[in-house]
Amino acid sequence: MLLAAVVSLTILGTVFGLLLGVAARYLRVEGNPLVAEIEQLLPGSQCGQCGYPGCTGAAQALAEGGAPVTLCPPGGRALAQALAAKLGVDADLSGVEDKGPMIAEVKEEICIGCTRCFKVCPTDAIMGAAQQIHVVFREACTACGKCVDACPTESVTLQPVPVTLQSWHWHKPQTGSAT
Amino acid sequence: MKLFDLRGGVHPEGRKDLSAECQIRSVPLPKTLYVPLQQHIGAPATPVVNVGDHVLKGQLIAHAQGAVSAPVHAPTSGVIAALGDHAAPHPSGLPVPTFTLESDGLDQWIALKGEDDPFTLSPEDVAARVAAAGIVGLGGATFPSALKLNLSRGVRTLIVNGGECEPYLTCDDRIMRERAVQIVEGIRLIAYAVAAQEVLVGIEDNKPEAIAAMQAAARGSAVQVIAMPSMYPMGSEKQIVQVLTGKEIPAGGRPADIGVLVHNVATAYAVQQAIRYGRPLISRIVTLSGGALKTPCNVETLVGTPVEELIAVAGGYAQPAARMVLGGPMMGQQFANTGVPVMKGTSGVLALTSKEIGQAEPSPCIRCSTCVRACPVGLLPLEMAAHIRASDLTGAVDLGLKDCIACGSCSYVCPAHIPLVHFFNYAKGDLAAQERAKLKQEATKKLAEARTERIARIERERAEAMAKRKAAREAKERAAKEAAAQAAKEAA
Amino acid sequence: MNPIAHSPHAHAPISIGKVMGTVLLALTPATLFGFWLYGWPAINLWAVSLIAAIVGEAAVLRLQDRAVKPVLMDGSGILTAWLLALSLPPYAPWWIAVLGSLFAVIIGKQIFGGLGQNVFNPAMAARVMLLISFPLEMTTWVAPLQSPGLLDSLRITFMSQPIDGMASASLLGHVKTEFTRGIGLEQALIGHYVPMDMLWGSRVGSLGETTAVLLLLGGLFLIAKRIFTWHAPVAMLIGVAVPALVFNMIDGNHYAGPMVHLLSGGLMLAAFFIVTDPVTSPNTALGQFIFGLGCGLLTWIIRTWGGYPEGVAFAVLLMNAATPIIDQYVKPRIYGRDRKGAALPANKG
Repeated sequence: MLLAAVVSLTILGTVFGLLLGVAARYLRVEGNPLVAEIEQLLPGSQCGQCGYPGCTGAAQALAEGGAPVTLCPPGGRALAQALAAKLGVDADLSGVEDKGPMIAEVKEEICIGCTRCFKVCPTDAIMGAAQQIHVVFREACTACGKCVDACPTESVTLQPVPVTLQSWHWHKPQTGSAT
Repeated sequence: MKLFDLRGGVHPEGRKDLSAECQIRSVPLPKTLYVPLQQHIGAPATPVVNVGDHVLKGQLIAHAQGAVSAPVHAPTSGVIAALGDHAAPHPSGLPVPTFTLESDGLDQWIALKGEDDPFTLSPEDVAARVAAAGIVGLGGATFPSALKLNLSRGVRTLIVNGGECEPYLTCDDRIMRERAVQIVEGIRLIAYAVAAQEVLVGIEDNKPEAIAAMQAAARGSAVQVIAMPSMYPMGSEKQIVQVLTGKEIPAGGRPADIGVLVHNVATAYAVQQAIRYGRPLISRIVTLSGGALKTPCNVETLVGTPVEELIAVAGGYAQPAARMVLGGPMMGQQFANTGVPVMKGTSGVLALTSKEIGQAEPSPCIRCSTCVRACPVGLLPLEMAAHIRASDLTGAVDLGLKDCIACGSCSYVCPAHIPLVHFFNYAKGDLAAQERAKLKQEATKKLAEARTERIARIERERAEAMAKRKAAREAKERAAKEAAAQAAKEAA
Repeated sequence: MNPIAHSPHAHAPISIGKVMGTVLLALTPATLFGFWLYGWPAINLWAVSLIAAIVGEAAVLRLQDRAVKPVLMDGSGILTAWLLALSLPPYAPWWIAVLGSLFAVIIGKQIFGGLGQNVFNPAMAARVMLLISFPLEMTTWVAPLQSPGLLDSLRITFMSQPIDGMASASLLGHVKTEFTRGIGLEQALIGHYVPMDMLWGSRVGSLGETTAVLLLLGGLFLIAKRIFTWHAPVAMLIGVAVPALVFNMIDGNHYAGPMVHLLSGGLMLAAFFIVTDPVTSPNTALGQFIFGLGCGLLTWIIRTWGGYPEGVAFAVLLMNAATPIIDQYVKPRIYGRDRKGAALPANKG
């Protein structure tokens, strides 16, 4: 009886040990691809709102667990979810106030055409020239807010993207304790 | 003919008797019409007339733009008073670009080019004229019809949908009873345009008069009129194909993938009018019904007519309406502003009482799986809704969210009154928004990378230029030094 | 709150309260028969169960700061307590009913998050808890139609008065005991198994489990009302009857036949009112069939080879645990896709 138990346990241990060894050899992951993968998810506009030097720095911090997944304001709730899924953590998204997509807007009346905003724009989303009113390309603006800081007359502000028939969709139903 | 089984489905109370016996009436010419530029799936039409222009009835006022689009024509003669925002017949109530047309009261047609023998046209010509007439799917999907004809050339079976499974609606019933001959000609024209070998008209068996009228009109032609069991959503494209052919449209595909083309009976009528008389699509039959209306009826109304004028035709309200709905009660959309216009896809205007709606506060799901039995697609609505409620949209997609046809059968039967289909449409909309955000992020990322590269290049070039200048200066200085040394040497 | 409502703008005339009410209605004939069979003690027990469930659930909801009225009005707590009462020995003392009811609605249901969230059938969980904790009280059976007076009945229920000369054994228990004494099945059944009595329910057993005919009628009524489908009940009956038939044919003196199994214990009640509990059973027709089959099979196995004479409650709990995995693997095929979820091929012909 005792012998049978010892023998069977030994055999089991050997077999599983071998399996693990084989798996370690054939399923090995080269390097740490996590930082590069996280950086792929980030907006890449290097706006610095997270407090890290650009998106690569933020990706590094995320991979090391030193930064919360909710760190990127331009990415919003969707990005926080994607990061949480990538890192396999449970994100507390209740704190992320999703203001919905925002966009920079130049108030024409008080724009002096100083060109400072489009010099700092990380995505070349503002067009203009000296002494001329600047305009924002909606499609290119990530609402990083750099232009807002740069504007000497406070004529650049972040505004919610206007809802159109194309972008409108149903809100989430409120069902209390249902389902 | 052998009919095939439909999965799931529900039997909502029909309520068609409210308006079924009412002949199609005409509506007094409205003084002001609101004609949106987008009344179809695809890109909005581009205006071709200016504010202040006088237009004739049937005149092109906006042409199609891009591959998926449809032109818009003036519903009556008059002056374009404005081109601006007007509330859309849509649950959001958002404004959309809309022509305001002040009628001149003459209702004067533009010169029309009809065809006495339409079958002498080439199939391509038929499709082209359907496109020029601005015809879209009148069953509610409003997909440009000509595009469907062009994508479906050579299909085996043409299915004409006279199902009208939505409760209350009787507009297709009435048009089949009263205009069967024209519909059959339209069907034959569509069949001719796509060279279909088999033509099936499916009508639910709760419309015996329509079946009889269509059978009489179809006698001697290749058009077969088939009575189908009454069940919701029999009139949905996927379901009618399944019942009549036994085949299923592949997921993510179109009926043409299995050699089928589906058109609505009212669309067939519009095609006949466009080809034989040259009339563009500027009017349609609309059912006005619901317990809150005094005299429910069916009307033929110009596109652009404000809904409130139709309410007046139906005798006004018998009692306050708890909810106004465009379309049928199962898939129609609530609207708040009765100033919104009738569009090409508007099949009904319903003024419902709260008793008819039967809404109650949602209670917890007891997993009774009535929704699973009701789903005509074979989904698990309760599981999908639970995932969406917990913000796990990808989980819902894995369960088949994208295959949901939003027919509302699950919500209709749910004893807990859980707004299941609302969950699904919320999730679909949110996923689409996420997809758009992702595309934008990819695009802006490229821009950011391009900018970083550009700045680096400029820096590099500047550094190179500086280095060059420095080298040149140094060379010069060296030369000067050497020259000085030389001079000193010579002097010595 | 968005004032615009999503479609559909119509609803079937049904609600959770109506569903529960219909099930209670279907249970009523069997319950009344139980009252007639066992008299006042049965009525006492039933009433105590219901009151305990209502009071207990209300208290728990109050503790959670949740609205009490809508939850009590859905009728699910009453249904749970009612089913539990039907599965208790009719002369059981009052505290058995109170403990069972409280366990069912609090531990069995509310702890999980309330209606729809529980994994195990609350009535069966409570029954198993009672059976394990209080085997004596839960297996003290009485012969039917002894009609004690009201006063006697109060003594039986509330003062746990010992029952003199009224005690009897249930069929399954009796058979199990006889086996341990080395007596064969055919002999054991003599005088204990009268098919017609078994059918009508005039036999020793739980309060409302004995009347096969009335339970069957209630079940058929609910199937006709589309409260549930035939899949789970029929599968459960098959799951018991088929192995019983096979083994009875192999060794008739040791394995009871299908009729003995179908008409004894809590099988009929379970087949139509327990395995059809929507919360703890699978979502799909096929899943429900598998679930019912498993319940039946396990019931028969436990009855035949297990330590307890009756196995319905254990079988149901075991299959409850298997429900999520059945739902994981048994899903309907989606329109336009094959079983694996890939889009069907295009076929222009």
